[in-house]
Amino acid sequence: MIPGTDNLFGIHTKALDVWQRRTEVLANNLANADTPGYLARDVDFRKALATASGQSAGLTLETDVPGQITTAGQAAQGLAYRVPTQPSMDGNTVDAQAEQAAFAANGVHYQASLSFITAQIRMLRTAISGQG
Amino acid sequence: MSLFSVFNVAGSGMAAQSTRLNTVASNLANAESVASTPEAAYRAREPLFAAVQKQVGANSDAESEGVRMLGVTESQAAIPSRYEPGNPMADADGNVYASNVNPVDELVNMISASRSYQNNVEVMNTAKQLMVKTLNLGN
Repeated sequence: MIPGTDNLFGIHTKALDVWQRRTEVLANNLANADTPGYLARDVDFRKALATASGQSAGLTLETDVPGQITTAGQAAQGLAYRVPTQPSMDGNTVDAQAEQAAFAANGVHYQASLSFITAQIRMLRTAISGQG
Repeated sequence: MSLFSVFNVAGSGMAAQSTRLNTVASNLANAESVASTPEAAYRAREPLFAAVQKQVGANSDAESEGVRMLGVTESQAAIPSRYEPGNPMADADGNVYASNVNPVDELVNMISASRSYQNNVEVMNTAKQLMVKTLNLGN
C-alpha cells in the first residue's frame, strides 16, 4: 500500500510548520525587544501540533461562508503570553536572553524535523532505486 | 506566513534600531552646542517604537509582525544656561543655553541599540540558514 503524500512524512511536516511559526513569533519578540508595552508571545508547541494534526480535544465551529475566520484558525495560532521574569518599567516583557535561547533551540528543532524528513526521502529513494 | 516574514520582522527591527543609533549620534554630536535662547537650544531626541499589529478582523489579540517608529520625541528636561559673556552666541545678559543631552544616557542607549541590532542580524542569519537547509531537503 502506498500512503498518500500527505502522510508520507508523518507528523514531521506538521511539526516543521509549527517550528517555522514559532521562529516567526520569536523573531517578533526580538524585534520588539525595546518597544514600550510589548508583551512577549510564544507558541504552545504541544497544543499547536495537536491542532495542526487534527487531534485537538476542543470543538471547532463550522465555517460555511467563504472568508469566515475559523475558530480552528485562531486556535491553530496557539499563541500564549510569556510570563515575565523581569518585567521592565515600560511594560515590555521581552527578556532578550531568554528569547535568544528559545530562538536557538527552535532552530535546532526545525533542523531535526528536516533531518527526519530527509531520512524518509533517502529511505524512499533506496526503495525506488533498489540499491543502497 | 513563512520564514520569509521573519526577514521582514528582523528587517523592521534593524531599521528601528539603526534609527535609534542615528538619534544617539545626533544627540552626542550636539551635546556641546549652545544657543542664544532656551527655545532654540538643542533638546535630546529619542525614537518611539510600537509593534505592528497584524490585521485580523477586530481581533485585538492578534500577533504582531515587526516594529515601527511612531515618531521622535524630544526630551523635556530643563535646558541648562551658562554665563559666558565672551561667547558670540551669548544673549543680552551674557547667557548661553546649552543642550539637555545627557551623554551617559546616550551611551547606554547606544549599547542597547547596538545589541538589539545584533540580535536581529542573528535572527535573520538563522532564518536564512534554515531556509537554505529546507531548499536542500532530500540531499
